[in-house]
Amino acid sequence: MNHLFEFLLRQGDNALVLGHRMSEWCGHGPALEEDIALANTALDLIGQTRLWLELAGDVEGKGRDADALAYLRDAYDFRNLLLLEVPNKDFGHSILRQFLFDAFQVPWLTELSQSDDERVAQIAAKSHKEALYHLDRSAETVIALGDGTQQSNQRMQIALDYLWPYSGEAFADDETDVAMQEQGIAPLPSDIKEIWHDRVNAVLEKAQLQQPASDFAHKGGRNGACHTEHLGHMLATMQILQRSYPDAVW
Amino acid sequence: MLCGDMSHSKVTQEAPVFQLFASRPRSRGPFSGVLNEAIVWQWLEDVPDPEIPVISVVDLGVVREVTVDGIAVEITITPTYSGCPAMAVISKDIESALYAKGIDELSIKTQISPPWTTEWLSEKGRSRLERYGIAPPQPTGGPTHCPYCKSTEVEKVSQFGSTPCKAQWRCSDCLEPFEYFKCI
Ligand SMILES: [Zn+2]
Repeated sequence: MNHLFEFLLRQGDNALVLGHRMSEWCGHGPALEEDIALANTALDLIGQTRLWLELAGDVEGKGRDADALAYLRDAYDFRNLLLLEVPNKDFGHSILRQFLFDAFQVPWLTELSQSDDERVAQIAAKSHKEALYHLDRSAETVIALGDGTQQSNQRMQIALDYLWPYSGEAFADDETDVAMQEQGIAPLPSDIKEIWHDRVNAVLEKAQLQQPASDFAHKGGRNGACHTEHLGHMLATMQILQRSYPDAVW
Repeated sequence: MLCGDMSHSKVTQEAPVFQLFASRPRSRGPFSGVLNEAIVWQWLEDVPDPEIPVISVVDLGVVREVTVDGIAVEITITPTYSGCPAMAVISKDIESALYAKGIDELSIKTQISPPWTTEWLSEKGRSRLERYGIAPPQPTGGPTHCPYCKSTEVEKVSQFGSTPCKAQWRCSDCLEPFEYFKCI
């Protein structure tokens, strides 16, 4: 197995799948400003996707570029976290998901920007700036909604109860993670679990939300072993143009 | 062009933008003067940012390096935001501008490291932004005053705006909404 390729797919697919989910809000945001913010967040993520997947294609060395990887792979070849592929529900749910991911990305990209692989370090440093900005906003909005009205608090708690079991997958180290650590490319994801936890807890507390007690985690996204049924539906929409009209360009 | 417009969410950089351009300006024939870096920088000063045309691509700080080797020109640009569709437009605008000057051998390199920062905005760019009604970036993370009436009573409306590089603010005195160039 080409571990570096796997690792890069994980970075790119996380950004791509969440970017696509956020783009689904375009034209449906609860307010014009929010709509624009969601679309801009999606745009940053899709830009980061291009950087990661282009490098993944180079590393693979089979002539696949970022487009081929994004539009011509099937669900079982995707390496994103399950957290990012579950469908949007209400606005609070999407913002909370974004927050759980941002709170992971910020320390993760901080570490990756010190990678021994210069290409990884460069993409991470670029993405880190955007992730910081996203985290500012998602954390603030989670607090505003959680510590808002009784109804908004209830809806955020429902979202948290639903998303929480999906949040642990990010920290489940496997052989690719070990290989990356040995090569000095990335730390083990489990190394940043505590930082993530502290940050998340601080925000949940301010947001008057109860962190679910169970630490059961759904797994199978980042190694492709068992995606949810939702990813296939998402890809059907995202990939239809390239699948129907291969190599079509504007 | 609106960066928040997700209709171009396809990952390729080049694909959507080519058709935004009218035909390429006609080259006046090969450049016949003395070609050096300073001249090319001067030409680039006249290439406007496609989204905020009061500042040039040089003011924006995306042009990092110009090298001239004989009649060949190499320009290194650094993207503002990873997903900003304007970057592809900027490349094509630079290409058109130099082609019009008679430069046929041009390569444009994209470099992501060190990452672009608003500290690279020129002083001239900052004051032009303000005159245009866009508050320039501040290290404190928000505008110091309203670009219209100069009041310091300003409030944030949204962290994002019409393009990836801007946020929405409002003046509590003159009540005008205005854009703030995000500080990154
Ligand atoms: Zn004012």
